Amino acid sequence: MLEIISEIALVTLAVALVVTFIRLVKGPTLPDRIVAMDLFGVLVVGLIVVLAGSSGVRATLDAAIVIALIGFLGTIAYATYVERGDPQ
Amino acid sequence: MIDIVTAIVWLAGSAFALLAAVGVLRMPDVFTRMQASTKASTLGLGCLLIGAALQLGDFASLIRVASIGAFVLLTTPVSGLVIARAAYFAGVPLWEGTVLDERKRDSLRATRGGLSAQDHNNEDLDRDHMKR
Repeated sequence: MLEIISEIALVTLAVALVVTFIRLVKGPTLPDRIVAMDLFGVLVVGLIVVLAGSSGVRATLDAAIVIALIGFLGTIAYATYVERGDPQ
Repeated sequence: MIDIVTAIVWLAGSAFALLAAVGVLRMPDVFTRMQASTKASTLGLGCLLIGAALQLGDFASLIRVASIGAFVLLTTPVSGLVIARAAYFAGVPLWEGTVLDERKRDSLRATRGGLSAQDHNNEDLDRDHMKR
């Protein structure tokens, strides 16, 4: 039963990734795209966590930690870039 | 029993994640989109982490899952604040149905004579500052 549940959760997360990607492509301004990238990272972390929980492969949790870290740092970097403007 | 709780929590978590994505797609404004993304994705990821911790069940993975959860709980509000501030100062337009822009109102109040005139101008500014 849990296999079916985990596949439903994975498919739902994949649909969420696609929907977020639509905003990433459409987004009229750069902050829209930054918000979409941030949500993208969180969704990928959730996907990896569900995969680790359903398959029992514990090493993938380390990858989830790294992706969460890099997503936060990228968001902060993009936000300072937007706030300061073009460095030239 | 653990499987049932895990199933409920995973379904709820993925549903919240999907709601966050739909909110990011459908909301009219950067600031409302950011609000939907941060709140719903934090709740959804928390539910998914609880389910994974219940399934794995040993101490090492519990520590990893708890550290992911603590990190996301700490960083998501910070990144939301930073994005919103950057978008505001970069001049991203607000949604036309916005009723209150407190930073603009406060700067208008400061230019109109500071704190002494505040009591008379409060309601006028609350009503009028969105039109300027």
